[in-house]
Amino acid sequence: MSEPITGITTPIRMEYRYTPGTATSQFLRAMKEGRFEGRRCPSCSKVYFPPRGGCSMCGVEFAETVPLQNTGTVATYTVVNVNFANRTVDLPYIVAEVVFDGADVTTALLLKGVAPDEVRQGMRVEAKWIPEEEWDFSLTNISHVEPLDEPDAPFESYKDAI
Amino acid sequence: MTEEVLSAPHVMEFPYTRSTGPVVGAFLTGLRDQKVLGYKASDGRVVCPPPEFDAASNAPVDAAGLVEVGPEGVVTSWSWNPLPRNGNPFDRPFAWALVKLDGADSSMLHALDADRDSISTGMRVRVRWAEERVGFINDIACFEPA
Repeated sequence: MSEPITGITTPIRMEYRYTPGTATSQFLRAMKEGRFEGRRCPSCSKVYFPPRGGCSMCGVEFAETVPLQNTGTVATYTVVNVNFANRTVDLPYIVAEVVFDGADVTTALLLKGVAPDEVRQGMRVEAKWIPEEEWDFSLTNISHVEPLDEPDAPFESYKDAI
Repeated sequence: MTEEVLSAPHVMEFPYTRSTGPVVGAFLTGLRDQKVLGYKASDGRVVCPPPEFDAASNAPVDAAGLVEVGPEGVVTSWSWNPLPRNGNPFDRPFAWALVKLDGADSSMLHALDADRDSISTGMRVRVRWAEERVGFINDIACFEPA
């Protein structure tokens, strides 16, 4: 009771209602059902995954929905060695930018099953889903990606994604 | 494509911890002990809440020289808040008021718990202390009619 006050906690809290828009809503509905869905640009034919409402390069609205595979290629990656608040994965860990088969843009996901000094561009990987009963409207249905026992993809196959 | 868009709560929170420094720390310590402290400035005015620097001389304020003011005072201005938000002192409509505590020459902002029709500039009010005081501005629960 007699100690002088030297510090206070002043939490800043913002409560939003987030609406992701029609394209992301469709993507998240597919995720909830365990499917990957991208969207194709009618102008440049690039497939965005996760999809957006329109093509950022052509400025046109997407129309076509494209089912995608669970497999893909590591286009690039980063090894995280630096600690930070609320970290949930042990250091060091790898974040890979994955081009899923059938897509033309990358998705950032946790890469497990390979040592940080052995990860490389072109690695073939597969998405690992959390248990079906835990699926939600969320990209976190994918817990991580893991290497496939396949030869590395040639640079030409993913160069446009980086 | 015509399906309804999804929506979900999205909460962002930053739990900042701040060091209070000698003057604000003394002010908050005072609140915890049911005392409102002000600063007698070099021009003779008493300022509450106390500043960290003297507005007239620019000298750092010495927390040892703080003086007690209140706990009653007068409303110098007020504003009705019909839509309280999370974190507000009340979950029902209430007034924000500038209160010049007795012995002070400046006003402090806080909630005023009074019927809207009874509030007027110049009305006398007093501090209503929070039952549990921790050294925070909310140790003053609000002002109420004196």
